[in-house]
Amino acid sequence: MAVEYIYPDYEIIRDYDRCIVCRVCERQCANEAHEYLSDSKKMIADNAKCVNCHRCVSLCPTRALKIVKSDHTFKENANWSNKSIKEIYKQAASGGVLLSSMGNPENYPVYFDRILINASQVTNPSIDPLREPMETRVFLGAKPDRIERDEKGRLKKNLPPQLRLSMPIMFSAMSYGSISYNAHESLARAAAELGILYNTGEGGLHEDLYKYGKHTIVQVASGRFGVHPTYLNSGAAIEIKMGQGAKPGIGGHLPGAKIGGDISKTRMIPEGTDAISPAPHHDIYSIEDLRQLVYSLKEATGYTKPVIVKIAAVHNVSAIASGIARSGADIIAIDGFRGGTGAAPTRIRDHVGIPIELALAGVDKRLRDEGVRNNVSLVVGGSIRSSADVVKAIALGADCVYIGTAALLALGCHLCRSCQTGKCNWGIATQREDLVKRLNPNIGYKRLVNLMTAWQHEIKEMMGGMGINSIEALKGNRLMLRGVGLNEKELEILGIKHAGE
Amino acid sequence: MNNLEYVIIGNSTAAVGAVEAIRKNDTEGSIVIISKENHHTYSRPLISYLLLGKTNEEKMKYRSDDFYVKNNCVLMLGRTAEKIDVNQKLVILDNGEHVSYDKLLIATGSSPVIPPIKGLDSVRYKFTFTTLDDAKRLEKVLKRNNRILIAGAGLIGLKCAEGISKKNVKTICVDLAPRVLSSILDYEGSKIIENHLTKNNIQLCLGRQIAEFKENIAVLDSGAEILFDVLVLAVGVRPNISLLKDAGGKTNRGIVIDERCRTSIPDIYAAGDCCESLDVSSGEIKPMALLPNAYMQGECAGMNMSGKDFVFDKAIPMNAIGLFGKHIITAGTYKGETYFEADENNYKKLFYSDNRLNGFIIIGNIEKAGIYTALIREKTPLDTLDFELICKMPGLMAFSKEERASKLGGVPA
Amino acid sequence: MKRVYVNEKWCLGCHLCEYYCAFASTNEKDMARALKDIKISPRIRIEEKDGISFAVSCRHCCEPLCVKGCITGAMTRKDGVITIDRDKCIGCYTCILSCPYGAVSPSEDGAIQKCELCIKTHSGTPKCVEGCPNGAIVFEERGE
Repeated sequence: MAVEYIYPDYEIIRDYDRCIVCRVCERQCANEAHEYLSDSKKMIADNAKCVNCHRCVSLCPTRALKIVKSDHTFKENANWSNKSIKEIYKQAASGGVLLSSMGNPENYPVYFDRILINASQVTNPSIDPLREPMETRVFLGAKPDRIERDEKGRLKKNLPPQLRLSMPIMFSAMSYGSISYNAHESLARAAAELGILYNTGEGGLHEDLYKYGKHTIVQVASGRFGVHPTYLNSGAAIEIKMGQGAKPGIGGHLPGAKIGGDISKTRMIPEGTDAISPAPHHDIYSIEDLRQLVYSLKEATGYTKPVIVKIAAVHNVSAIASGIARSGADIIAIDGFRGGTGAAPTRIRDHVGIPIELALAGVDKRLRDEGVRNNVSLVVGGSIRSSADVVKAIALGADCVYIGTAALLALGCHLCRSCQTGKCNWGIATQREDLVKRLNPNIGYKRLVNLMTAWQHEIKEMMGGMGINSIEALKGNRLMLRGVGLNEKELEILGIKHAGE
Repeated sequence: MNNLEYVIIGNSTAAVGAVEAIRKNDTEGSIVIISKENHHTYSRPLISYLLLGKTNEEKMKYRSDDFYVKNNCVLMLGRTAEKIDVNQKLVILDNGEHVSYDKLLIATGSSPVIPPIKGLDSVRYKFTFTTLDDAKRLEKVLKRNNRILIAGAGLIGLKCAEGISKKNVKTICVDLAPRVLSSILDYEGSKIIENHLTKNNIQLCLGRQIAEFKENIAVLDSGAEILFDVLVLAVGVRPNISLLKDAGGKTNRGIVIDERCRTSIPDIYAAGDCCESLDVSSGEIKPMALLPNAYMQGECAGMNMSGKDFVFDKAIPMNAIGLFGKHIITAGTYKGETYFEADENNYKKLFYSDNRLNGFIIIGNIEKAGIYTALIREKTPLDTLDFELICKMPGLMAFSKEERASKLGGVPA
Repeated sequence: MKRVYVNEKWCLGCHLCEYYCAFASTNEKDMARALKDIKISPRIRIEEKDGISFAVSCRHCCEPLCVKGCITGAMTRKDGVITIDRDKCIGCYTCILSCPYGAVSPSEDGAIQKCELCIKTHSGTPKCVEGCPNGAIVFEERGE
């Protein structure tokens, strides 16, 4: 019907002088956007099916393809954007909730891009990272308030269990079911080689990945999928997922169509049933309940593993964090509003939550003011895009960062944001065997290792430039940051001065 | 220990196979090659291509010019071995020379059968078609004569017909058999080739025998007469067994050898067209005069002669022949149940029984035929394959995943 | 000796190896120019069925049946690589009859063709290995 027609957002442009009709675009597009016409021996494309994932562009051996934003337009309107109009058309046709994947793409301020890092000069010499030792190792966990000695003067071993990381970065939670087994294997192997951790997400831990347990954070989410004693004891830490930056306040939903074989076994639910993670944990309705769960998990694992509580960055995140810091949790993970997801209602993803920079600054200050900052380590995520973001986050008070989208980009993701269709052409956000094959963990894990190695090197360079030689000295060191283009209130919340001051 | 003296009677494929095998194991022993023909080793099947103009005498050489030097062989060209003295271990040549041996290989090949037809002597221009010299002599005569009668519509007869086809001749093939290539094709296959030959202006006269020659007239058993200028006799070949037979060795149609190419006389081996051996596809013992078998038997003999224990027990009949652009590939024995498919250009029949592939005939699309050949040779149990698939499309897909990993990945299955 | 090995676990059936092979045997520098409007006849060929796919090319056997059966001596084994003298080959197809992998195929000019590990076009890694986007084809020594 004419009233339903929405012109495709993207157009596939083929240079026919260069096309050799090898048909790899046709063979490799899960959305069947390309077709071979046998009578005229030509390739044609259906723009309506293109999701702009660049699979065909990357594989075309003669570089004959490109994807452009369609220049078909509505009349210019600063209030009613093309996107807003089209979304209304979609809802008028389907009557359904709009779903989206990955992180919030809307035009809200990115505070990391308005914060600048210091460098040493003249009076305060910088350090050459190629000549001097640079410590990027961090230890996550509760730190005792003071050193205690016994009657003989020897140090009392009162240190709670710590996580040791070679650099202040971990791979954040992405569940097996939202991403493929091969993606998980790549993350696990990379984490093992780098000396950091990855997170199982709420889908449980596949039995073939137990061997990477020392580098795994096992997550206990509201659906409690895959949670059993062996699971809890196999990881290096346990993370209770209270919320997620992309969809604060609501739960998750993996459709039954995706719950087959291994997924069903790992999640411990029957094949074909929908995997619904409810909004609250139905046994946690107060901070005391959370404390109870934290200690249940510690009991189950003999107090050998730190417990992480992951929350979304919302308006009163500081108060919530303060409560968690007193609940016995060892680490608080905060997920900002830019965090990614496999699928979430568009309106929740785009309009709920607050930026991680502000949440972090607020939580760090609050915990220090209350004298409980050492009770927990802080891990932040929600669009950490580069080593500069890592440095800024640590300077704002984080002990460590979580990366999700950045890791998937290393594995081949092109941020086409179509994960919810389950037809990820790069083999990441899909369970279709023929698509999962496309992510070869032998190649994937190496790319993750490369990315992290590069970032680690850059962090050392930036630290050296600042005259700092360890993450410890950078942590919470807000004097190393200056804001630019921020107003008084923003500067106050972030706790940093404006550039020039 | 003294170096061994290897002597090889013959200078064609089996001989070369033996030389290459011996030199893998023994670089010191002497090798003497006694060759009846006066040429560097050349490929006999190429003589029809020579006439067609697709090759020349230089390219026909089976091995490079420095083959004998590189392999340290003494080559005696134009010499015939007349007798073997088994007790003294000597080969006696036509010029009275004696060549002593520790290990002897008889690779004397086969000779064309000359049928005892009345009046054959009266024919002025008559040729056989097996050697290079045959081909050169025939070519000379074709310049001024253009009605060619070929006795025999088998492999040699038809290849000869193709070979001379560009020389402005009219060719007719006569064969007692009711159809062409009766030794390697079935009825339907022969019909396809007959049509193809006719389209290419080769006249066929099948199911007929020549009763008598009267100079340039051939009188058939039906009474019909064929006028011709040149006669080519291609009615069959016979293994050259007399040398070994006279020396007391066991022979039937061919020299009898075991799977190590040993004859019944110690230290005497035989290989190639002069032998008969076990056809593993049928279980019968017969001569299998085919170049690949000749090479592999020569190689087997050479390995055993030079001290290695080497067995060649996978011989089967196999043929690859092209006629006027149509390709035929066949192998094995045609018995058992059949799988059959054909269209206007292609014909395929597979023969199988007792869970094994026995043989096949393919005309036209011969791609990947070797996969079928391997099934026959290796006696692969057909229930370990996707048999339905492999009948339609020869390929490794029909094998199990483990087999494929072994074949393509170097992983032992 | 290094050979081309295929792992069907990672083969996507994209056929790019075939196009890179065809490209390698032309003398062109640009693939678009080399293969435009041409029906390719590659020496590595994909077999595919029901989601399984893999590429087949000459195994460069240590006991090569094709070389032993070649009636002209055009097929030879040099430094482990089985090569063809295309000038000598008269297209009898005995090698196609012999190869148990189906790795030899006819070419347009009558002679046969098969993978020669790109030794005639360049040194180093064969083009099919370079062009495989998922690490399904490797070029390595496996002690055969």
